[in-house]
Amino acid sequence: MLDIRNLHVKIADEDKQILNGLTLKVHRGEVAAIMGPNGSGKSTLSYVIAGKPDYEVTDGEVLLDGVNILEMAPDARAAAGLFLAFQYPMEIPGVATMTFLKAAMNAQRKQRGQAELTTPDFIKRVNKAAELLGIPKDMLRRPLNVGFSGGEKKRMEILQMTLLEPKMSIMDETDSGLDIDALKIVAEGVNARRDPAHAFLVITHYQRLLDYIKPDTVHVMSRGQIVKTGGAELALELEANGYRDYQSAA
Amino acid sequence: MSAKITPMRSAAESALIERFPALKAALPGLASAREDAFATFAAAGLPTRRVEAWKYTDLRAAMREAAPLAIRPNAAEIAVALKGHSPLAGQGAVTLSFVNGYHVATKGGPPNGVSITPLAEALTGGHPLLSKIGALKLAQGDLALSLNTAFMTDGAIIHVAEDANVEGPIALRFVTSGATAVATAARVLMVVEAGATVMLVESHEGQGALAHQPNTAFEIIAGDKSVVHHVRLGLNSTGAVALSTLTADLGAETSLTSVNVALTGAVTRHQVFARFSGGNARAQINGATLLSSTQHADSTLVVEHAAEPGGESRELFRTIVDDEAAGVFQGKIIVQPHAQKTDGRMASNAVLLSEGAAMYNKPELEIFADDVACAHGATCGALDDELLFYLMSRGITKAEAEALMIESFVGAAIDFIDHEPIRDILHGLVQDWLQARAARLNAGALTVS
Amino acid sequence: MPAVQETIDQVKAIDVSEYKYGFITDVEMEKPAKGLTEATVRYISARKNEPAWMLDWRLDAFRRWKTMTEPTWARVSYPEIDFQDIYYYAAPKMNGAPKSLDEVDPAILDAYKKLGIPLREQEILAGVEPQNRVAVDAVFDSVSVVTTFRAELAKAGVIFCSISDALQEHPELVRKYIGTVVPVTDNYYATLNSAVFTDGSFVFIPKGVRCPMELSTYFRINEKNTGQFERTLIIAEEGSYVSYLEGCTAPQRDENQLHAAVVELITMDNAEIKYSTVQNWYPGDANGKGGIYNFVTKRGDCRGKNSKISWTQVETGSAITWKYPSCILRGDGSRGEFYSIAVSNGMQQVDSGTKMIHLGKNTTSRIISKGISAGRSQNTYRGLVSAHRKATNARNFTNCDSLLIGNQCGAHTVPYIESKTSTATFEHEATTSKISEDQLFYCMQRGLSAEDATALIVNGFVKDVLQQLPMEFAVEAQKLISISLEGSVG
Repeated sequence: MLDIRNLHVKIADEDKQILNGLTLKVHRGEVAAIMGPNGSGKSTLSYVIAGKPDYEVTDGEVLLDGVNILEMAPDARAAAGLFLAFQYPMEIPGVATMTFLKAAMNAQRKQRGQAELTTPDFIKRVNKAAELLGIPKDMLRRPLNVGFSGGEKKRMEILQMTLLEPKMSIMDETDSGLDIDALKIVAEGVNARRDPAHAFLVITHYQRLLDYIKPDTVHVMSRGQIVKTGGAELALELEANGYRDYQSAA
Repeated sequence: MSAKITPMRSAAESALIERFPALKAALPGLASAREDAFATFAAAGLPTRRVEAWKYTDLRAAMREAAPLAIRPNAAEIAVALKGHSPLAGQGAVTLSFVNGYHVATKGGPPNGVSITPLAEALTGGHPLLSKIGALKLAQGDLALSLNTAFMTDGAIIHVAEDANVEGPIALRFVTSGATAVATAARVLMVVEAGATVMLVESHEGQGALAHQPNTAFEIIAGDKSVVHHVRLGLNSTGAVALSTLTADLGAETSLTSVNVALTGAVTRHQVFARFSGGNARAQINGATLLSSTQHADSTLVVEHAAEPGGESRELFRTIVDDEAAGVFQGKIIVQPHAQKTDGRMASNAVLLSEGAAMYNKPELEIFADDVACAHGATCGALDDELLFYLMSRGITKAEAEALMIESFVGAAIDFIDHEPIRDILHGLVQDWLQARAARLNAGALTVS
Repeated sequence: MPAVQETIDQVKAIDVSEYKYGFITDVEMEKPAKGLTEATVRYISARKNEPAWMLDWRLDAFRRWKTMTEPTWARVSYPEIDFQDIYYYAAPKMNGAPKSLDEVDPAILDAYKKLGIPLREQEILAGVEPQNRVAVDAVFDSVSVVTTFRAELAKAGVIFCSISDALQEHPELVRKYIGTVVPVTDNYYATLNSAVFTDGSFVFIPKGVRCPMELSTYFRINEKNTGQFERTLIIAEEGSYVSYLEGCTAPQRDENQLHAAVVELITMDNAEIKYSTVQNWYPGDANGKGGIYNFVTKRGDCRGKNSKISWTQVETGSAITWKYPSCILRGDGSRGEFYSIAVSNGMQQVDSGTKMIHLGKNTTSRIISKGISAGRSQNTYRGLVSAHRKATNARNFTNCDSLLIGNQCGAHTVPYIESKTSTATFEHEATTSKISEDQLFYCMQRGLSAEDATALIVNGFVKDVLQQLPMEFAVEAQKLISISLEGSVG
């Protein structure tokens, strides 16, 4: 589903190269994990896939179901079924969460040529998803992410993922700042959507999250490249031995 | 809005205009600069509240008479003037003493990398840095500075060599003294070359209650990557109408810290004009003002971010107003169109201690660039009741609790001084002020009972 | 290309001709000659058949105005106004005031219909719940053409009519209150208005009455070279309440037109007036050609104890806005509020804010101002908060935030905060920032276009103020803000 070929990326207006020929495939129905030390380029990869403007792709391509998405605006990529759960979700003062959710859902539906949701239908969907994720109603009325705790923000990301129904989801350090209960809820949110039609790329620094979201594949990233690929057991090995071997390997 | 009125010349204005030709002939050097500056003054007159920059300080009313410009004191007068204790005595690696605006003594040799020339000598004999006097456009046209330029008698030109790490502060002590009120006009220019680090300390001391009219101006030109610390202490005679100006022209990646502690004087106005001429400079400009009786103190500040990246400015002004006194804060942050990434934050906080006290705040933002984060905050009110109650519930008397709160409130502005002994001395002066207040309150309580 | 950059480019390309209300209505008008002399003042007064005292008042104002000069302290610049090149009175031709809507020129009714303001009561009534009804006074150039629901309001004791009618029907009330909040010589434009005001609204809410519906005035400048000088006077007697709305539009013309209004509000003990404005005068084109000069004096006097005056304004139009709706907090325990959204784009200049004058004990005020500058516009907040010696325990909270879109505009904040009593507590905070690139990207990752994302963020920025508007107005205002930033927010 997601096919990244020889991706070279640098920070726009700077010479600093972050990704150096990264190649990676995530198949339909697969849950892939990327693990790597701080500064290996994990977050940059997620931003580049989603189209953040601060980066410049100097070589390579990113295909989503065979279509190169690198020339697409971030909203077009979202409409194509790509979702990024941010490591640091943005606060948007004055915009009620419900308003934001409705705007996002309908914008994507419009781009896909679907009819806008009716208000009762929209509310029903939100309430159902919120209940599953243990998100209280008053949180939905508050401005998006403003004054939310770290855990609440992450749950809000999962709620958005659930409602927007992407086919390809990227979770950027979703486990950072979460206590064990919140971690379980987040993992359940992901696991609930695991099926042959959807794919996930889970970016994490620690093995902990992978206890709850069992990956099919684990990639190790270092210095802007994938340096090793293996099964779920690779994560455990990393947990035991650390990243030292891979930092010198690259 | 009423029709434009050209006011009659006040007695002070007429006197100044009458005296200038003779003084111009007698005062050394920079004749055309003096003339231009005086023309600026003569066209506008002494500022009243109608002049926006002087909205809360009516200088025309405060300066009914123009005190005569002081002449160079003789040895006996100097001895009398310097007899008193200076709070900052002994703090300078080198200390220049001035009486009535004239350099009279230097204690200690200039530290390595520093050369100091008395301004009168420079004005008479010439000096390569003379042309830098009055060069900062941002401050041009200011009426207090114009008067200083027109009448400047003496002062100093200080040069700090490239990369010099100057040991110990350069201290300047200004004493106003005499049997009758005088006007003084001292001017100091400090040029700090790239990469140098220096601390400049000025103290202004006035004896007695005479209505002296000191008008001093300090100009700092800070070269790229230099670090400048500046401290000013205002202890004017209690009747003084005192004007002071600091201008700062900041090169790339410079750092300026300036703290003004204003205590005595009937009407005082300290103004700062700081321009970020080079990218990524940083300035911390503070003021701590404590007022009682019928004092009026004005802190006026203009900070201009004129380079990209626009740099970071922080201003913290703390004012305590007791009795029938009045405090003024006017602060303006200007961000020019190309000064992107400017980060400017300005705060003025005032505590009014008595019914009759007044505070006037005018914090302004003038922003022409979009990628900026600028903010200002202004508060004024009484001491926090809840905190006072909390302290008293711990057994502290009301007077002590108030003193603690006031001390920490103004202390926050003083604490930025990167020189522990000087910081302690200034904290000590705040405590003295608080003790005097306690004594007043006790005396008041006695009269009532 | 970064989203913000795109937004900026679109704002740069913006043509303010997106203005949706720029049409001209062709009506036969009655106008005296251009220019302002004592004869003009006498003409206006005679045309309105005013009592002698009103004429004397006007003439006094005119004489004083001639000795005054235009204020120059605001951050606005414009070529000198030739006050002799303006028509001071323009009214649709008819014999006397229209007795009913049938006598009003259909072209005018049609114009209001186009603006979305139906004037036939039966049309308004259709499909509107009684509690949602709004009574309208429609002012077309210099005259009020119709005031709806007058009869129904009269049943509750509420007087709602044009000020011309009030001078005929309730001269004693007008005489008692006019000029008591904004004195004749208050400022250059207020004095001009006092001499030549032509029409406007008059509202009187008697003791203890809660006005049964929203009242509104819709101002339309249509005729060219014509100034509009309206005068509004609202009196809320003890314990009464009224919510009043005001809307304004004008055709798209190449010349600048002057609008110099005076609004006076008076609240007695425990009374409340809520005054909302959606100002959308023609702003001029992208190069600053044409547009309204909106020089307005609005002031409320909280004369009674525990009374309250609340100003809410959404300012999107006008080439130049010079306006400071203010509150004199005279009654003990009175409260003043000012909520403002000022959007400037193209070459617009805005200098607006408020004055909160605390005179009484325990008075409180609150100021929330949100300025949005785009294009090559300049947007200034100017405000005064003052507490006098006797205003013990006065409280003010001020928050003014500015948002910049693009790097050719300016945002300025000039607050004056004056406290003469230690028991007053004033808090003021102001920030200036731009829409963050990260917020935009986050919204776009969820599928919103750059324009929609900007609109969403801007609406969040102004939400505290929008909430203060009556519901229908809030929706209208939200649309208006989007249109004003057209190009950046689709």
